[in-house]
Amino acid sequence: MKRILYLIAGFCFFINISWAQEARPLQEDVVVEAQVQRLSEELRCLVCQNQTLADSHAELAEDLRREIRELAAKGMSDQEIIDYLVARYGDFVRYRPPLKSTTALLWFGPFVLLLAGVAGLFVMLRRRERQAEESALSADEARKVSELLNKES
Amino acid sequence: MKRFLLPLVVFLIVMGFLGVGLNLDPREVPSPLVGKAAPTFNLPRLDDPEKKISNKDMLGQVWLFNVWASWCGACREEHPVLVELAKSGAVPVYGMDYKDTRLEARQWLEIGGNPYVASVMDADGRVGIDYGVYGVPETYVIDKAGIIAYKQIGPITEEVLRDKILPLVKRLQAQ
Repeated sequence: MKRILYLIAGFCFFINISWAQEARPLQEDVVVEAQVQRLSEELRCLVCQNQTLADSHAELAEDLRREIRELAAKGMSDQEIIDYLVARYGDFVRYRPPLKSTTALLWFGPFVLLLAGVAGLFVMLRRRERQAEESALSADEARKVSELLNKES
Repeated sequence: MKRFLLPLVVFLIVMGFLGVGLNLDPREVPSPLVGKAAPTFNLPRLDDPEKKISNKDMLGQVWLFNVWASWCGACREEHPVLVELAKSGAVPVYGMDYKDTRLEARQWLEIGGNPYVASVMDADGRVGIDYGVYGVPETYVIDKAGIIAYKQIGPITEEVLRDKILPLVKRLQAQ
């Protein structure tokens, strides 16, 4: 009985060994895969909109990653692949909007607001300073103040 | 009184921007393809995979290119509108069955009615990428020279058809 058990155990062990294989690399081409990864972090998934292609599990994102992989395997550069997708989906597909006339407000608007804020603050401080100067005490008032203060002490 | 004027103006401007922003649909991304030649495709027909249809076959006529799928909920919404349009004969509608299975697509057309002159199958979504498809249904109005004149993202409603698509089609047909 025991011998049979040993035999079975040994057999199982043997099967395990014969089925084991060396782990295959997940990707065939490391360079292409690095490019796909780099680009999918730069590109937007249009279905989920606030996710990059790299983050998204939407079907379209998978299709687009496949497309990018194929283009990358053909040896296209990052810029060429981005242009390819922009031609189809528009600038919105880029996670970082390009700088051009239609996006100038997007890029410079915050700085314009910052400058306006600084200018407003400056004007306000100047005005307050002038008010402080105007409300300086007259000689008579100053005498009264020091009298009152002396009385206290 | 005067000191409230500036904050009030700023408030009104901000409200103006927010109001406009509320009425914009973030899903409506302007397509760079409008005004350009429709990307070429040559795909098998849904009803007969042996036969292929290309967008070149439609040169010389104004046509609608409707991207649909049996799995797409919003397509059901627009389907009756398309069926009515097909009955009126105002403009031929060609369909592209996007990332779908043949069986389910055919069943869906049998149940809902078939408004398409013909449908092609884009099983793996490659032609969809060429057309910048990201939300089914989408519809392209393509003119006699094969140029995309308009892209409708999302379902065609009766209003969109009446106010935008049909007037545009008439104008293009007169050209």
